[in-house]
Amino acid sequence: MSPLQVEALIKRIEQLNPKLNALIWFSADSVRRQAKAIEQLSGARGPLWGVPVLIKDNICVNGVPATCASKILKGFTPPYDATVITRLKQAGAILVGMANMDEFAFGSSCEHSCYGPTHNPWDLQRVPGGSSGGSAAAVAAGLSALALGSDTGGSIRQPAAFCGVVGLKPTYGRVSRYGLIAFASSLDQIGPFARTVSDAAALLETIAGFDPNDSTSAEVPVGAYRAAAAKEVKGLRIGIPKEYFADGLDAEIKTAIDAAIAWYRSAGASIHELSMPNTEYAVPVYYIVATAEASSNLARFDGVRFGHRAEDAGTVLDMFKKSRGEGFGSEAKRRIILGTYVLSSGYYDAYYGNALKVRTLIKNDFDKAFEQVDCLLTPTTPTAPFKIGEKTDDPLTMYLSDIMTISANLAGVPALSMPCGFTKSGLPIGMQLMARPFGEETLFQAGGAYERAHDWNKKEPAL
Amino acid sequence: MNVETLASLARIELSSDEKTRFAGQLEQILHHVEKLKSAHTEGVEPTTHVLPLANVYREDQLRPSLSNDAALANAPDKDGPYFKVPRIIDPAS
Repeated sequence: MSPLQVEALIKRIEQLNPKLNALIWFSADSVRRQAKAIEQLSGARGPLWGVPVLIKDNICVNGVPATCASKILKGFTPPYDATVITRLKQAGAILVGMANMDEFAFGSSCEHSCYGPTHNPWDLQRVPGGSSGGSAAAVAAGLSALALGSDTGGSIRQPAAFCGVVGLKPTYGRVSRYGLIAFASSLDQIGPFARTVSDAAALLETIAGFDPNDSTSAEVPVGAYRAAAAKEVKGLRIGIPKEYFADGLDAEIKTAIDAAIAWYRSAGASIHELSMPNTEYAVPVYYIVATAEASSNLARFDGVRFGHRAEDAGTVLDMFKKSRGEGFGSEAKRRIILGTYVLSSGYYDAYYGNALKVRTLIKNDFDKAFEQVDCLLTPTTPTAPFKIGEKTDDPLTMYLSDIMTISANLAGVPALSMPCGFTKSGLPIGMQLMARPFGEETLFQAGGAYERAHDWNKKEPAL
Repeated sequence: MNVETLASLARIELSSDEKTRFAGQLEQILHHVEKLKSAHTEGVEPTTHVLPLANVYREDQLRPSLSNDAALANAPDKDGPYFKVPRIIDPAS
């Protein structure tokens, strides 16, 4: 960015963020300093040089607060950079600030934040989706060119769909999780938000790859994602799993997806209807596996080494209970308690043990589908963005809004959401593409070709 | 499910309002999860992790790590090079 562009970005953030509440930490001086400092970077200037990137508040940046939008981590300043941050800095990217989210990534609406909700740029009365709602809203509103989010059950793709931007959950193991504050370690992945498929590809190329600091990061070469985004789709085999088109799918969304399918057929791809019969179990499996892992991961927030500590506790046990009682919000408490229950002696086999077996069935559905097709096309969400406050007191209904996105996390496959239309009332609609493990290039190929033939991402929210 | 016992196991203090509210909501969620009983899981191996993971080793060599000061910088309470917490063993018991 030139000095003029830097000042324009700062001005836009200062003007629009009070309306959106997408950034929860921002320093104009830090942006100016970074813009100057990258001039001194040696080495070739890659595609991310001088490009603003917003960071979700659960990713550690040395010296910048990371709170997971939770009171329990208020005041916490990480003493090190996450691997994705190290790579962004080396690439000369400018870290714009930290993005709002559902507390500890527990949510689908960005309402469960101790900083208050983020608003959807297309309709300020509506949610931007979650948990990476701040990242998605900021990219949609032009407060950052790119953003990082994390996706455990749809937390990148669902907000991308709700805000009309591109969002990708990479294959499990594609991107290092070192420095990502853990929610569910067998499901979490960091991934990109962008306005276009090729921008998302450039960001993934920068952050992906093996990292000795994350033993679950895979030693698989990083693909040529930008090159893949420029390819055509002739001969590509696209599967349409019928379970994703069941009752409850909004009629306008179905129409938009049908139109996308028709376009792929006209572009020379072959369309194959197929069945993934265990899809109906994805939400229940997820809310057992994810809460079990979360209850264990969040044990570290105990008021000892970092974060909130209750003032008036007598014994250390009181201190743990009071600190956690005061520090965690409702959704975090519900999930920790549920996770504790499904792992507890006497219930473990019936809940957690059984859920792991059904997870295998869901993964088998994907393995079978990918014997026949190269990628799958589905809606990203069953409905358009809902109103702020509509589902906050009804956790189960909120959970069901992730019904299209959760399976990809359970199976570990990569999945991309991108704009494919608008409702009559002007709300964005997203479609989801899923491919076999480490098949990100297929997603960029299918997404890039569709994007060149459509102009959904040319439309901007009126703010 | 006994929300109070579970909260205690999870080391979370709940208000009485939270206990009532969560009990209802969690029952509803557990009811939804019951669906899994109809899945055919006989003879199916559990998936704890999607990657074929092996143990990862590194060379047994010294590497830079956080300094004591940096590690303690976020501590709510500390004493010299240590984290400080309220009394763990009650001298009266």
